[in-house]
Amino acid sequence: MRFLDLLRFAAGALRGHRLRTALSVTGVAVGIAAVVTLTALGEGARQYVIDQFAALGSSLLIVFPGRVETTGGPPFGGVTHDLTIDDYRMLARLSRVRRSAPMAVATERVRYGDRGRDVPVLGTTADFALVRRLEMGSGTFLPAGDPDQGGNEIVLGLTVANELFRGENPLGRIVRVGPWRFRVVGVLAPRGQSLTFNLDEVVFVPVSTAMRVFNRSTLFRILVDVRMRDELALAKRDVEALMRERHRADDVTVITQDALLAAFSSILNALTLALVGIASVSLAVAGVGIMNVMLVSVTERRAEIGLLKALGALDRQVLAAFLAEAVLLAVMGGLAGLAIGAGAVRVFVGIYPSFPASPPAWAVAASLALSLAVGVGFGVWPARRATRLDPVAALARR
Amino acid sequence: MIRLEGVWRTYRVGDGEVHALRDVTLEIAAGEHVALIGPSGSGKSTMLHIVGCLDRPTRGKYLFEGREVGALSEEERSLLRRNRIGFVFQFFHLLPRLSALGNVELPMLFAGTPADERRARATQALEAVGLAQRATHRPDQLSGGERQRVAIARAVVMNPAVLLADEPTGNLDRHSALEVMDLLESMSRRGLTLVVVTHDPAIAERARRVVRMADGEIVTTVNS
Ligand SMILES: Nc1ncnc2c1ncn2[C@@H]1O[C@H](COP(=O)(O)OP(=O)(O)OP(=O)(O)O)[C@@H](O)[C@H]1O
Ligand SMILES: [Mg+2]
Repeated sequence: MRFLDLLRFAAGALRGHRLRTALSVTGVAVGIAAVVTLTALGEGARQYVIDQFAALGSSLLIVFPGRVETTGGPPFGGVTHDLTIDDYRMLARLSRVRRSAPMAVATERVRYGDRGRDVPVLGTTADFALVRRLEMGSGTFLPAGDPDQGGNEIVLGLTVANELFRGENPLGRIVRVGPWRFRVVGVLAPRGQSLTFNLDEVVFVPVSTAMRVFNRSTLFRILVDVRMRDELALAKRDVEALMRERHRADDVTVITQDALLAAFSSILNALTLALVGIASVSLAVAGVGIMNVMLVSVTERRAEIGLLKALGALDRQVLAAFLAEAVLLAVMGGLAGLAIGAGAVRVFVGIYPSFPASPPAWAVAASLALSLAVGVGFGVWPARRATRLDPVAALARR
Repeated sequence: MIRLEGVWRTYRVGDGEVHALRDVTLEIAAGEHVALIGPSGSGKSTMLHIVGCLDRPTRGKYLFEGREVGALSEEERSLLRRNRIGFVFQFFHLLPRLSALGNVELPMLFAGTPADERRARATQALEAVGLAQRATHRPDQLSGGERQRVAIARAVVMNPAVLLADEPTGNLDRHSALEVMDLLESMSRRGLTLVVVTHDPAIAERARRVVRMADGEIVTTVNS
């Protein structure tokens, strides 16, 4: 029997039961649509996180004091040294480092007139804006200059500026952090959440001033922007070597942004797979639906099966004919499901344009393979029942 | 051509046994026209199914064109049915979703005949039964006599050696019955071996040989 004839024969049989066919196609379509939509959303979430990291700059090293050990206890007799502004200075001079920015952080009350707000105060240098790719809404970022020469400039995040000044122009005004007075030199453009901080809700001051205000001796961390992306590992080793030499101990941790990204990415992948697993349940239900429809069909068409055998159809041809029906049902469902899923994702993206959701190619291919597998898997048993029918009994009229 | 030697067909029913055929011996030569008659339950259909290789003897030997059918595989018997045997049933057994032409093409579909050859041969077969104008009609748009003629076209389209008909006129009025019998006999005159099961004495009389069965056994054979 020719393949096209087989398909046409199966399609003809399905056309004979339009409603039943439509219902089982719908079942598979819902399952496949769920798989496609959920993988698209999962992939979208992953892409969103990757984009967030990319906005940070992908050649970033983060240095913080203390050692994150995966084996062994705390370094024996080791003393964790402060991460100092001098450490930062030396780091910034490494040849593989393009630029670097220290960070000191504490939450303080920032006041203007009778209005005040508790916000994270970040002590840093002018290079921070470049390392983190900040954009200014108005004014300038902290001035460049000797990091030990702490000035009294302050840069406000957008939300802080709006709350304290309520439409007044903050540039040149004096705000207080504790008893200290700072002059506003700039306001950030809206930025939102970025890794640890919501940059709309922080303020920036020069790093040495911050250490004095906070009464701290250690930096929170040092951000290092590496000159060449593919020298990230080398730069990491340089930084570690330098710190070991300066502190005479391994007492800082250097992580690459890629390491963070990989961790996030694998978590989100697991999440996507879990979603797909859930969606697959509906596909299994659809498969049982197909099996049911095919069993009904085999029972109803006993006479037809008997006739085909009397006409000399081989058992495997009868099997193929009924299997083809099941597979057609499933594949039509798969295609419809893909279309519905793609439509749903498009609607979602229409509502949340910043969310980069789109069904990944592997999910599209996998859905089609899956629907094919559902058709074969749940169609085999009914089709085998068809081939096992005794033609004499099947042809007998009862 | 067809040779049954001491054939039994026994069904197990619960604890007991039903002998649908008991020790039947019969020989049918190529080109013969044989009528099988007898009361209901006498084993006529069972005999026809064995002759048509749809069923196998429980005991005894059945030779079709010299080959012992009991020893053939499922697939070999399917191929015999496909190429050497045509069936006509009392209830026509046309597929309702296919046109007359589609129904006649069906055996060739499973034989893998190319589409254009299928169409040509099916059209020819429909012409031979006088239904060329009904080719695109579905079975529910045809009369009983026309349906049976489509079924006959389907039975002969593979050029079989034997045509087996189980009460082919059982569901037809007198006029259509005669038309159908005329058709079957014209096929037989062209060399096809014809075996017809019937309850109708008038139809049985037309055969060259009438085999009467009762209770699974052949009781008389009358040659005319
Ligand atoms: N599958 C079966 N199981 C048990 N007994 C069967 C089966 N098929 C047929 N029989 C029995 O075998 C006997 C012969 O049946 P068969 O159908 O050959 O009769 P028939 O001569 O064709 O009758 P009719 O004229 O009514 O069609 C009957 O007694 C019937 O009950
Ligand atoms: Mg009968």
